Amino acid sequence: MTRSVIEFRPDASDLRVARFAAAAIMLSLAEAAIPLPLPGIKPGLGNIIVLIVLWRWGWREAAWVALLRVFVASLLLGQFLAPGFFLGLGGALASLIALGVAMHLPRRWFGPVSASVLAAFAHIGAQLLVARAWLVPHDGVFALAPVFGLAALVFGIVNGLVAARLLREIETLPAAPIDAAPRQE
Amino acid sequence: MAVRLRGREWLALLRPGDVLVIALAAVLVAVLAQYFWRGGVADRAEIRAAGKLFARVSLDVAQVIEVPGPIGTTRIEIAPGKARVAHDPGPKQYCVRQGWLSTAGAVAICAPNQVTLSLHARKPAYDSLGY
Repeated sequence: MTRSVIEFRPDASDLRVARFAAAAIMLSLAEAAIPLPLPGIKPGLGNIIVLIVLWRWGWREAAWVALLRVFVASLLLGQFLAPGFFLGLGGALASLIALGVAMHLPRRWFGPVSASVLAAFAHIGAQLLVARAWLVPHDGVFALAPVFGLAALVFGIVNGLVAARLLREIETLPAAPIDAAPRQE
Repeated sequence: MAVRLRGREWLALLRPGDVLVIALAAVLVAVLAQYFWRGGVADRAEIRAAGKLFARVSLDVAQVIEVPGPIGTTRIEIAPGKARVAHDPGPKQYCVRQGWLSTAGAVAICAPNQVTLSLHARKPAYDSLGY
């Protein structure tokens, strides 16, 4: 019997996705411990990581990080396939579409804060639609829209500013270690 | 490397278009609040029998409520966001023929059996609404 060896050699992009997804998942877990007044209103700190990846390494890697975060964080929190998971997944997909559009706005005028605010609104929009279609089949859910909108505005600005600031720090590093080729072991 | 930023330096991270996006988003929130908080959408129903409060129910969950009166039983049906008198022993059936009520302030009165069904919102748009 011959032993077959499946060799998986991650490239630099895989390692980056893994590292950033791990960071985003940690932020999601930390955030789950913060008591919040309304279900569905969260700062979405993991989105800071998604924004950084988007701005620096493009949409494909950002999509990997965002979706890994939704799946793994829900598994770790015991929310996988629960209603909250579908709300989060719907929100993540919608905000990825918004980010895909926002990243093509002229960068001279539109920074990470624009992308963050647009993604936050796409996120709550999708969540409300999923909730209306599935969880609360009554237009009463839309009474929460202004509250969610205000939360999206505030957290969108804050997350965008933090991402912009971290991006500036990454850019001033002499050789970003995260860009380096993976070590061969 | 970890430099502390002051307020003004945080603001410097904003680009002109960002300010525009934030302003538009703020307008959107104001429009949403204006639109969804008019208060016209009914969220609960009150059922009275012989002038006394019989039941006060939320319009979130579908249910059927039987209300006894002097000439029989009036059956009231609650569905998400609306309510109606489904069956009434009265001869003219006015309250049944009103059909589904969904606006805050709407009232169906089954006079012979002394049963009324009225819808309410947190912030009522009208004191009452008759058809």
